[in-house]
Order: sequence, then structure tokens, then C-alpha cells
Amino acid sequence: MAQINKGAQQVLAPIVSNKKVGQYHQIIINVADLAAVCKPGNFVAISVGGDTSSMILRRAFAISRVSTSSTFGGTMELIVAPHGQGSKWLCAQGEGVVLDIVAPLGTAFGIPTEAVPVLLVGGGYGSAPLFGLAEVLNARGCRVDMLLGASTASKIYAPMEGKRAVNSMRIYTEDGSMGQAGRVTDPIPEIIKDLDIAVVYSCGPMAMLSAITKITDSFSVVHQCAVEEAMACGIGVCMTCVLPVKDQAGNVSMLRSCIDGPVMDGSSVQWSLVGQQP
Amino acid sequence: MEFSWSTAMTTFDFSTTIANTWFPAPTFTASGCASSGRELAQFFPLREMGGIVTKSVMSKVRTGRPTPRMAETPSGMLNSIGLQGPGIDAFIAKDISYLVEQKARIIVSIAGETVEEYSTLARKLRSVSGISAIEVNISCPNVENRGLVFACDPEASRRVIDGVRRTIGGELPIIAKLSPDVTDLVSIARGVVDAGADGLALINTVLGMVINVDTMRPHLGGKTGGLSGPAIRPIAVRAVYQVHAALPNTPILGMGGIASGKDALEMILAGASGVSIGTASFGNPTAIMKIQNELKQLLIDRGFTSLKQAIGYAHRVEAENTDA
Repeated sequence: MAQINKGAQQVLAPIVSNKKVGQYHQIIINVADLAAVCKPGNFVAISVGGDTSSMILRRAFAISRVSTSSTFGGTMELIVAPHGQGSKWLCAQGEGVVLDIVAPLGTAFGIPTEAVPVLLVGGGYGSAPLFGLAEVLNARGCRVDMLLGASTASKIYAPMEGKRAVNSMRIYTEDGSMGQAGRVTDPIPEIIKDLDIAVVYSCGPMAMLSAITKITDSFSVVHQCAVEEAMACGIGVCMTCVLPVKDQAGNVSMLRSCIDGPVMDGSSVQWSLVGQQP
Repeated sequence: MEFSWSTAMTTFDFSTTIANTWFPAPTFTASGCASSGRELAQFFPLREMGGIVTKSVMSKVRTGRPTPRMAETPSGMLNSIGLQGPGIDAFIAKDISYLVEQKARIIVSIAGETVEEYSTLARKLRSVSGISAIEVNISCPNVENRGLVFACDPEASRRVIDGVRRTIGGELPIIAKLSPDVTDLVSIARGVVDAGADGLALINTVLGMVINVDTMRPHLGGKTGGLSGPAIRPIAVRAVYQVHAALPNTPILGMGGIASGKDALEMILAGASGVSIGTASFGNPTAIMKIQNELKQLLIDRGFTSLKQAIGYAHRVEAENTDA
């Protein structure tokens, strides 16, 4: 058995900047040499609330991008939605605050060995890690097209510079307040056909990932999705973040989304059994 | 005075004996909080702690309970895993051999649905080399008695330990892990020790529930869950103190919300011979190493020359009191 979370370290990392971007916060952390071992899809677990906090569990965030050559040395970018107590605390921390982080954790998006056309689909701030992924795929020579969706305009995360690595970017909102009105999954079948897509990469709410899997299964296209389940530890010891996943022999077992994910093969996840007694 | 400090460091005896077994340090994982070791091995060598208590294993593969399986609560968390696990055969084949390779000291935790299942598990472990002790997790529903938790029923608790003791003979020490959700913990502790337990693990999680006010239903898939973390520490300290007072010669592995060396010291002073760290490892993968170092320093600072001197020290009778 391969070593779990090889390369992961617990380090103290100062915040370099914290900017509000629409409804989200773009937080950049100086992680020094750790930046070099982070891959698109990996996540970071951060202690929140300070030493005397009653919040005893780390919060997991997708690493949206890393830079090994910024003016601060190695940095890591996170896009955080201030939803719960922990993420609100993190979003309120300014430049210079030192965070206790464990990273990189979990599986990464698989990069094709050949330059094949790929489609990236992001829901809400789930789009964040797709921009770093787009850069890696672009460097591999892949044609990269991107779809972003959310219920409303303010929940779309689409930085200007994110467009550099993609061939096209289309935005869908359910209320029509930005881009086209509709669901982000609506145009996927046609794009797969028109562009001869080999791999769909996705990150966002579980309902979206499930809907994409239905489409990719019908086209026999590979679907790599980054899942999101409530985690206590993020390192594989607590067994809370499990999802029902079918192996090649057809057996369904409860796999940990922290170490067997967050990037999983969409077609192996038994979406209809999530939250059920397996 | 740096010289005397460093001398104390080198001569300080940090070892402990639990259930007739010697451990170089009194710090352990808590069952269910370290899986079977591989996950923590990325963060520190497993042989550097006192020992690993593995996740309670049952006879067969268990898929466990539906999600959501956890809820964070003030200074604690609820979990409802349902003892997901690989079953004893796969566990012995894959996990024990890995831990032996790592030179970790191993306490295997077992769980069953019937008295017979516990005995069967003990039989399978009897011939496995490299195990220091067996922890018998009796906080499981007894399917033969309307699902009543063994640990809440003095007679069922006694029968489980008696069955395990008869099966493994004198070869492996037995630690009985008890639930705090009982009226008279001391009488249950006395019962399992009479039935053959060499040591006690106190305390298991405290049963709790969180209701989601948006869905207006219980938040956890399994409805109820076990509360752990600093929120339950005073309950654990009380339990260890009471049981140590009643059974001073029975070693206790104390646990429940230990997150610092100070917390560990509190448990030792209450009467624990060793401490298990559980939920703290979820928030900090190196918590056990931190707690181990802090505990050692705190004991040295207080003038102890061995850990053993501090066990149950909170129970001592003050000289001035006896004089008065």
C-alpha cells in the first residue's frame, strides 16, 4: 500500500493577502517549499479560531492555485466562502496572521498523458481549483474549455486572469443574472459531441457532480470530480467523510473522501446511495 | 540550575505498566481515532508514542452508518461511524503486520454484537504475535438483549470479559473499555475486573444528539452520536478518579478530551496509568507527540522522578489533615 498523504506537512504559514472578491475571499498564504508539492485537486486543512477556540476541528479548503515563484516565495491561494463560523474566522484574518496548516492532502486531478480536449465544470466557488488545473492542462497541450455555474451572479467565481489558460469560458446562472439562464449541466452533452471531449473535470455541489456523471456515463467519457463531504480530520483517521464507491469487482464500500478523494472517478461513486445505509 | 534540569530529564522514568505490560511512554491513541496507524505515520514515527490502540474491529466487514457522520459542537464533536471496518481477518493480515513493521506497540480493540463474537475475536488474536494487549470495547448494542449496550448492563459486561478471558487464557492482557453513560460506573468496573480484566479504559464517548434547525431533524445519519473532545473532559476525570479510588490496584487508561500535556497530567493525577488521545488528533495530527513532550516536562517541573509517582497523586492524604 502506498504511503498516505506522502508529502503532507504541518506548518505555520503567514497570510500574505486577504481580498474580498464578490461574495468570496481570496486568501494567499506563504507556504514556502510546500507549494512545489501541491497539485490541482489537493486540499489544505487549517486550524481556525485561535488557541482558545471552542472550534476543535480543522477546516478543509481546496487549494485553488500555487505559485513557486511569487515575490513571497512559495504561495498558496484559497477561495473561501464565509459560510460557517470557521470560514468566517478565516476570512476575517488579515495579512501577517500565522495559520497552522496541514497540506497538501488528498488525491489530485489526473492529467492526461496526451494532449486531448477536456472540459472543466465548476459550480459556485467550486470553480476555484479549476483555474490552476486549467494552467496545468494547458501546459500539457490540451484544449481546455470551461463552464461555470451558480444560482446567481454573485456566486460565480471567475477571475479575469483565469481566462488565460482556457479556450472558452461560458457562464450559466439559474436566475439569468449573469451569462446564460439555465443549469451549467445543460450544454455538456453538446460540448462533449462537438469538441470530442475526452475528460470532464468538475468541482462543485454533489448534485452537480451526480448530474455530470449521468451525462459522462452515457458518452463513456472519463469524469474526474472533486467531492465535498463534511470532514473532522482531513487525514483519514476519523472515517466521517465517507462516500459509497464501487470497485472494479462491483463491490460498494465506504471510501474516505479525504484520502481516497477529494478527486474521484465520478462513474464509480454511487451517487444515489450517498446518505443511505450502504 | 540548568545542569540539574538536564539531569532530571535524562533520569526521569516516563514508562508505565498497563495490564501487566510495560510501555516506554504513557501516551496512546484512542480506539477509532487513529484508524490502524498508516494515516498518522506520515506525521510522526508510530514507535515514538507509548502505543497505538487500533480502531475496534468486528468479525466481519462493516460498512457503518450513513452520512452525515459528524457534527462539531462547542469544544467537542459528535460522531456516528457505526464501527466501519475491514473485519478481523483482513485486519490481522494487513494492519497488524504493518504496525509490527513500524515497531509500534499494539493494543487491538475488539467489538461484538454477541458475547460469542467477542470470544471468537479473542480466539483469532490469541496466536497473533506482536500484540501487547486486547482492548474490549463493550459500548456496543447486544443483539441478544434488545440492543441494550453491554457496557450499560453489569451482567452482560461481566459475561463478555469472562468469555474473552476464558478464550485467551493468560496469554494476553485484557483492557475493558467502559461507557460513562451508566448510573454506577464503579460497580461495572468491579464486575469486569472480577471477571478477568487486567485494566480499564475510561471513558468511551458520551451519547449525544444535534438537531439541524433548518431541516428540523436529527443532523446525524445515525441520529445519535458519541460526544468527544474537551467538552467531556471533566466527566472523564471524575470517572477515572472514582474508579481509581475504588480499585487502586487496577491500571486505568484514561481518556476523554485530552488536548494538552496539562490535560494528560490531570488524568494521571486522577489515577490513570496512561492516557489515550483521540479527538485532539483530528484537529492536530501531531497532538500525541506534543502532549507526550508537555506531560513529561510538567512532571519533571513538579519534582516527580517517574510517571508512576504521579499516578493517583490527587488522592493523597495531606499530612496536615492527618495531624489535625
